[in-house]
Amino acid sequence: MHKAQAPMLSVRNLEAWYGESHILHGVGIDVREGEVVTLLGRNGAGKTTTIKSIMGMVNKRSGSVSYEGQEIISWPSNKIARAGIAICPEERGIFSSLNVQENLLLPPQVRAGGLSVDEIYTLFPNLKERMYSQGTKLSGGEQQMLAIARILRTGARLLLLDEPTEGLAPVIIQQIAVTIKRLKEAGFTILLVEQNFRFAATVADRFYVMESGRVIDEIENTNLESNLTKLNEYLGV
Amino acid sequence: MIEIFGISSQALFGQLLIGLINGAFYAMLSLGLAVIFGMLNIINFCHGALYMIGAFVAWMLLNWLGIGYWWALLISPIITGALGVVIERLFLQRLRDLDHLYGLLLTFGLALILEGVFRQNFGASGLPYRIPPELTGGTNLGFMFLPNYRAWVIVLSLFVCLGTWFAIEYTRLGSYLRAATENPALVQAFGVNVSRMITLTYGFGVALAAIAGVLAAPIYQVSPLMGSNIIIVVFAVVVIGGMGSILGSIVTGFGLGIAEGLTKVFYPEASSTVIFVIMAIVLLIRPSGLFGKGA
Repeated sequence: MHKAQAPMLSVRNLEAWYGESHILHGVGIDVREGEVVTLLGRNGAGKTTTIKSIMGMVNKRSGSVSYEGQEIISWPSNKIARAGIAICPEERGIFSSLNVQENLLLPPQVRAGGLSVDEIYTLFPNLKERMYSQGTKLSGGEQQMLAIARILRTGARLLLLDEPTEGLAPVIIQQIAVTIKRLKEAGFTILLVEQNFRFAATVADRFYVMESGRVIDEIENTNLESNLTKLNEYLGV
Repeated sequence: MIEIFGISSQALFGQLLIGLINGAFYAMLSLGLAVIFGMLNIINFCHGALYMIGAFVAWMLLNWLGIGYWWALLISPIITGALGVVIERLFLQRLRDLDHLYGLLLTFGLALILEGVFRQNFGASGLPYRIPPELTGGTNLGFMFLPNYRAWVIVLSLFVCLGTWFAIEYTRLGSYLRAATENPALVQAFGVNVSRMITLTYGFGVALAAIAGVLAAPIYQVSPLMGSNIIIVVFAVVVIGGMGSILGSIVTGFGLGIAEGLTKVFYPEASSTVIFVIMAIVLLIRPSGLFGKGA
């Protein structure tokens, strides 16, 4: 296969454990460069664990995760980050002992080609106004913006976003959708975890549906209409 | 002679000075404990022993190699800090995922071993270490006589403490430290080698103890027990200031040194217990310490 056509991220037979509990049972997904791919599924389906395993944040994992042709399954998370993958965790992970600017500047640059601080503040004007506030004093929406913003300047090309809309007001969710579309235009590749299917439908090219630690279906956004009944069944909505 | 509340000003200022000196050591030692506790979640019980080793390294450098005070002030923290790095890599690293009680027990055991080794080889009586010639003598301030060496200890200790505080609160490296204290897994996932940072933090905390040890050598005698004499008070300081609080440990260190000194003037009988009385009161009113966050 020609290298340009090979997926940027390819996950095969991924298994993961938290302590004794076996969470992932052979997950397989592909993400091509420039795509926005969404993992859908109910609570506890293994979506977050999949993302964390790709990032190297789950200690016990096996199978294969290949990124830009390199096998990274056994790498520690700091080395995976340096290869160009960045995570925006579900709990957002804003540091309370750091102000907004320090939070933004915390992740080290791993490659050239990230957004500049000015570009980030243009994308998220609220953050600039609150540059010196304590990170956790921001509203939920602003914290989410900050959590996304800080991984844009590192030069990472693959962004793992874990439920960026969780607990946010509809107007903020719209802003996040706009942001994700802009990031896609700017050439970022995004793997998104979502429970909010309607939000995901507006931004994603492709969906994987997960259940009990496995991928049970894959749906292209273009075939969304014909698959709606099936999806509603999967997600129990 | 001027008298305040029936106490001669000379006695008052003299005790204040002793209080400040003790406070300087409390501050440097509790600062190291706070830095280590924040990052490693370990109550470093061998901190006193490492302070003692810092002083002994200075003594050995002088008596075995003829290397004087000023070089010792640089070399001893490096050697002792390196010992800290070895301790972290050999032992503490393996305890990272366990309850921090294990770290406390291990470092307590290490303290006993280290002190035992030095007591075996050097006896318990203490060895003299001369004040460097540049700092002998003193200055008459009019209201009191200030020995130069003691002034130097206070100045250097303030400099080291405030420098550490500044580095942690206002530099990029400091922001890594603060962030890793909160959420090490995420900082690591951003591309920082947190494991190495933890090791170096421990080494740095130990180096702080060693600086205090070298500074203490000419004031107290260099003795295997010098660490265990001071460390109990230092733990009280840490508890009063709030576990892991950087500024808290500095302010409380100096503050309690002064409180102890003043008690010696006004009610000498209580001078050795006053810090523990303050600790009990603080714990009743603010269980997380004066500068601690939340409960």
